[in-house]
Amino acid sequence: MKREFLLAGFGGQGVLSMGLFLAYAGMGEGKKVAYVPSYGAEMRGGTANCLVTISDREISSPLVSDPGVVVVMNHPSLLKFEPVVRSGGILLINSSLAHRDTKRQDIESYSIPTQELANQAGFSRGSNMIMLGALLEATGVVDVTETYNYLVKTFNGRHLDKMPQNMAAIQVGREFMREYRQQSEASIAYA
Amino acid sequence: MSEPILMKGNEAVAEAAIAAGCRYFFGYPITPQSEVLEHLARRLPEEGGAYIQAESEVSAINMVFGAACAGARVMTASSSPGISLMQEGISYIASAQLPAVLVNIMRGSPGLGGIHPSQADYFQSVKGGGHGDYKLVVLAPSSVQELIDHTVLAFEIAEKYRTPVMVFGDAMMGQMMEPVFLPEAEPAPIDRSWATTGMKNREKPNIIHTLYLPADDLENHCQRLFAKYREIQRQEQLHTAYLTDDADILVVAYGIMSRVARAAVEMAREDGIKAGLFRPITLWPFPDQALFQAASHAQAVITAEISMGQMIEDVRLAIKDKVPVELFNRIGLVPNPDEIYEAIKKKAQEVKVSA
Repeated sequence: MKREFLLAGFGGQGVLSMGLFLAYAGMGEGKKVAYVPSYGAEMRGGTANCLVTISDREISSPLVSDPGVVVVMNHPSLLKFEPVVRSGGILLINSSLAHRDTKRQDIESYSIPTQELANQAGFSRGSNMIMLGALLEATGVVDVTETYNYLVKTFNGRHLDKMPQNMAAIQVGREFMREYRQQSEASIAYA
Repeated sequence: MSEPILMKGNEAVAEAAIAAGCRYFFGYPITPQSEVLEHLARRLPEEGGAYIQAESEVSAINMVFGAACAGARVMTASSSPGISLMQEGISYIASAQLPAVLVNIMRGSPGLGGIHPSQADYFQSVKGGGHGDYKLVVLAPSSVQELIDHTVLAFEIAEKYRTPVMVFGDAMMGQMMEPVFLPEAEPAPIDRSWATTGMKNREKPNIIHTLYLPADDLENHCQRLFAKYREIQRQEQLHTAYLTDDADILVVAYGIMSRVARAAVEMAREDGIKAGLFRPITLWPFPDQALFQAASHAQAVITAEISMGQMIEDVRLAIKDKVPVELFNRIGLVPNPDEIYEAIKKKAQEVKVSA
């Protein structure tokens, strides 16, 4: 089993932290992982993305052209990375900053108003944690009961004071996604 | 065994140097290797060593030269344009027969080029770079763990033969993170009987120099150097061969490209194309006989490089142009496996070995 995650947004949105979280979570479950951050001119121009691979086997190439899970935190990332999602894969769109739904019919796509949800949760800086919660719920990639430990590793033991807010935001993201999926399934059932 | 740690390539190089007993580092920052410096600037004082940021790469390599003369276990790291500036010093260190480890986290070039991943310094380090008759041992790791293992190996080879050793990385390997284990073994004791450490307990002074004015002195010196290089060629060649025994199409790649190529070879095998991968780990000494054997069944050879084609010349020499050798290359990026897979498929159709 091998899963690839492409996480994209602009600098400061926490996409690299989200990627690190997945890498630590994969390691925590005894998997092989590779984490490749975007680099170069992009980094200086403000956009950021990273590619995380979690696999049961040794990872030959840390690069993949069609990741199975893609998170876009802003509109330019949606335009750039919507086409690369593997057919049948998952696309998570931060609809607070990306202003349309997916145009593709062959993927599972969810639009999540992360900023509005973060504001409601009383943690306006937590939109990446909202998205992380949604991602964990949508992909089931890791054991969510270990979330706290993986988060401590992600921030290298720093920002412990923010941990309750981070955990609360992740929970809001998970619940939002759970309801979202139930509604999608219901609408499919009625269709 | 201890728990694996998630580490960035550049930091892994730095931690590996400390584990290998390196306590002195002289360098100058340059993207994409600056984290090596940043990490050592913090860590070396903690370990009782010293980090000095020189005013230029020219200065840094001469500090390495001086520290090596005095018997220090010493390293520098830079990226392509910075390594160019160091070439004169590298020639001196090789001629003076001093152990030192040099790390090149290669970036796009020529000129200022870019800060993207690159493998375009193969000629510079494998074929010379500095003036004169000398050789650099060049190691080409392909993962963050190998950046650690090969940095440690570089110090061992440098000590064993009293010669400078280069470790190659690229912008992607410097920045990517993978779980690693740090070495636990203590570094080997160092013979420093030759070092310029003062006259205490010694009758005659140790002199380290690179000037041989009488012609026969210079000839003898070069003969001694090359006797040593021949010994390194006999003892230190490293490579891996993956599915090469029955390979119709042989891909040759090193460093990060060897991982992409391995994924491409796996894709080709799933499609029934008998592809294989030969990966040189030492670029000098180049594992030419092992490559010749690995290519014995091949109808065609593809070298995959992030350059306009440099290692391809050594590949042609090694297989004696027995079968056609073609280049697959990209510049400024590490390609995805499917690009190399397409090249393999096309070649398999041309030589009529496709499934």
